[in-house]
Amino acid sequence: MTDQLFQAMAQSIIDGDPDAAADLARKAVEAGIDPLEAINKGFVPGVDYVGEQYGKGEMFLPDLVLAGEAMKAAVAVLEPEIVRQGSQRQTLGTVVIGTVEGDIHEIGKTLVATMLSVSGFRVYDLGVDVPVVTFVEKAREVNADIVGMSALLTTTMVRQRDIIEALEDAGLRSRVKVMVGGAPVTRAWAQEIGADGYSEDAIGAVAVAKQLIGRS
Amino acid sequence: MPRPIKSITNPRLSLQILSPEDVRRIHTATLEVIETVGVRFPSPKALEIWEAYGAQVDWNTKIVRAPGHLIEDALKKAPPVYTLAARDPAQDLPLDGNHVYVGTDGCGVEVIDLYTGQRRRSRRQDVAEIARVADYLEEVAFIWIPVSAQDCPPETRGLQELKAAWENTTKHVQTESIYSEQEARASVEMAALIAGGREELRRRPVLSYALCTAPPLGQDPGTLEAALVAAEAGIPVGFMTMTSCGSTAPATLAGNLVVGNAEVISALAMIQLAYPGAPVFYAAAQTAMDPRTGGYTGGGPEDFLFGAASNVLADFYNVPLSMGSFATGAKEPNWQAGIENSLSTFMACVVMSDMLLGVGLLHGSRIWSYEQMLMDCEIYDIVYHMMKGIVVDDETLALDVIQAVGPGGNFLAQKHTRKHMRDLWVPKFMDRRPYEEWEAKRDGARDWARAMARQILETHQPEPLDPHLSTELERIIAVA
Repeated sequence: MTDQLFQAMAQSIIDGDPDAAADLARKAVEAGIDPLEAINKGFVPGVDYVGEQYGKGEMFLPDLVLAGEAMKAAVAVLEPEIVRQGSQRQTLGTVVIGTVEGDIHEIGKTLVATMLSVSGFRVYDLGVDVPVVTFVEKAREVNADIVGMSALLTTTMVRQRDIIEALEDAGLRSRVKVMVGGAPVTRAWAQEIGADGYSEDAIGAVAVAKQLIGRS
Repeated sequence: MPRPIKSITNPRLSLQILSPEDVRRIHTATLEVIETVGVRFPSPKALEIWEAYGAQVDWNTKIVRAPGHLIEDALKKAPPVYTLAARDPAQDLPLDGNHVYVGTDGCGVEVIDLYTGQRRRSRRQDVAEIARVADYLEEVAFIWIPVSAQDCPPETRGLQELKAAWENTTKHVQTESIYSEQEARASVEMAALIAGGREELRRRPVLSYALCTAPPLGQDPGTLEAALVAAEAGIPVGFMTMTSCGSTAPATLAGNLVVGNAEVISALAMIQLAYPGAPVFYAAAQTAMDPRTGGYTGGGPEDFLFGAASNVLADFYNVPLSMGSFATGAKEPNWQAGIENSLSTFMACVVMSDMLLGVGLLHGSRIWSYEQMLMDCEIYDIVYHMMKGIVVDDETLALDVIQAVGPGGNFLAQKHTRKHMRDLWVPKFMDRRPYEEWEAKRDGARDWARAMARQILETHQPEPLDPHLSTELERIIAVA
C-alpha cells in the first residue's frame, strides 16, 4: 500500500502534476506516514528520474520546471507536518536571490531559483528591482549560504559589485558565497567584482551552487 | 563625399505568410489580451496617460486594461511614412514601405579585437570604430549602438555612445541604450545640436529610439519615460518585443505573435495618446527558447517565420517595422552563422521590413565581430540581388543574341554580355578559386573580411563632426 503510494508520488512529479502531488501528500499525512519518508522515498525519486531523463536529453526544461512545481506543492503540504513533529527537512543550503535595483528582468532569475529549489536548496526569491540593502538584510535574516544576483543591462550590472561591497561592509562576506548571472555578465566580470560563482544558464547555476557549498 | 547606401527597393519577390483572416484573428486576440489580461506599464506618467483616456488602471499592479477602440483609434494617429534623417542629408532614410535598410546589431558587451583576435570587454572606442567602418559600408544604412561603452559611467553611458557614433559617421543613429528620462532629455539636447535646433530636429530626426518591452505583457519603467521624452521632441520611437516561445510567450507561434503584438501596439498607442502624430515604429525580434535549456537561441525556423510575419502586422497597423534579423546564436562566424543570418535576413527582406537589425554580433547579440559584420553585409548583398527578381522583356530575353551565337557557340564576345555582366553578382568573401590555390593558401572568408575591416578602419575618414559641436556634446553629457 505504502509502496504504491510512493510510486504514485514519484509519478506525480514525473507528470509535473501539482494537484496530484498535493493530494498524495495529504493522503500520506492522513495515513500517518512519516512526512520525511514521503518526501525522500516518494517524491524525490520522481525528481531524480526527471533529472536523469533531462541529462539524457529525453526531457526538456518545461518538464523540469513542472516537476519543480509539483515538488513545491507536495512540500507545502508536508512541511508543516514535519515542523509539527519537531523535525526539519534537510536542505542543501539557503539561497537568497533577486534581480538588482533598476532592472526588472525576471525570467532568468526565476528559472535559477526554481532549479535551485528543485535541487534541494531553500530559496528566498526577492523578485526584481531589489535594492542593495534588501539583499544584505535578507541574507543576514535567513543566514544565507549563497546570495545570487541577476542583471540584464550593462548599466545595472554594476549593482552586483555594490552588493558584494555591501556584504563586506555588513561583515557577511566571509559567510556567504556570491553567484552572479544575466546576459551581459561574463566570467571576466564575475572575477573582476570578486563573485564566487558564475553560470551562463540555470542548469549550470545548480552545479555551481552545489560546488560552492561543497556538495557537488 | 558621403558613401552611397544600398537599400532594397521595388522588390520583385513576395511571400504570403499570413492570410488577411490570420491577421484579423491575431489582431482580435491581441485586443482581447490588452482589454482583459492587460499590460503592465510600471511608470506613473504612463499610467496617468492611460487613465486620462479612460483605460482601466490598477495602480497597485501597474496593469492597464484598455478597450480595443482606444488602441485602434490611437494607432490611426501614427504617421505611416516619415524619414530618418542623417547628419548628411544625402544619407536620409525614407521609411515609405518601399525600402529595406540594414543597421548594425546591438548591443554587445564584448568585442573580438580586430588586431589581437582576443575577446575582450567592449568600450567607448569600439563604438567609435564600428561606426566608422559602418559609415564606409554601403550595406549599412544606419548605426544602431553596436556595443556598450562599458568604460563610461553607467548614468551617461548611453550618451557617450551617441557622441562616439555621431563623431564617426554621417549616417542616421538609432539607440537602444537609453533607459531613463534624464538621459533621454540630454539625448534630445544632443540630437537638437546635431540637427541645428529643436524645430529642425522635429523635421529631420537624426536620432531614433528602439526600446525593449519587458515580456510577457510588460514594459520597462525607465524605457517608457525615455520614450515619452523622445516622442515629445519628435524623435521616432519604436518598441521592440523579444517574446520567446515557451518562456516569455506561449510555445505556439501564433500565441507568441499575440503576446508580442500586445506589448508593441499598447506602447505605440500610449505614445499616440500622449503625442498624437508622433513618429513611431513597430520593432520585433521574436524567437523560441531552446526547449532543452530555456536558453536564447538567436536563430531557427521559428525566428525566420517571425521575421516575415512581423511585417504583415506592422503593415496592418500602418507603421514602419524594425525587424531583428542576422544576430546569429553562433559563437564564431561559421556554418550556423551563415544559415541563420541568411534565412532570417531573406525572410525579413522578402516582405520588405523597413529596418533590419543588424550586422556584426555573435552569440545572440553579445560578441562583436568585424569579420561577421562584413560577411553579414555580403549575405545582405545576396538578398539585395535576389530581390531584383527576374526581369522578362525583349532586352533580357535576348533573342537576337541567341540567334547571333547559335548552337554550340559562346556568349563571351557578345556586346549584350558585356552590357549585362555587371548585373551578375560578384562575391567579396566566397571562395571561387581553383582548388590548388586554396590548398596552397588555406585562407578564406574570415581572413578576407578581417583584412577589409582593417583597411577600412585605417583609411576611411567620414566627414568629421565640427569640433565645436563635439565640445558642446561633451558639455551636455557633463551636466546630464
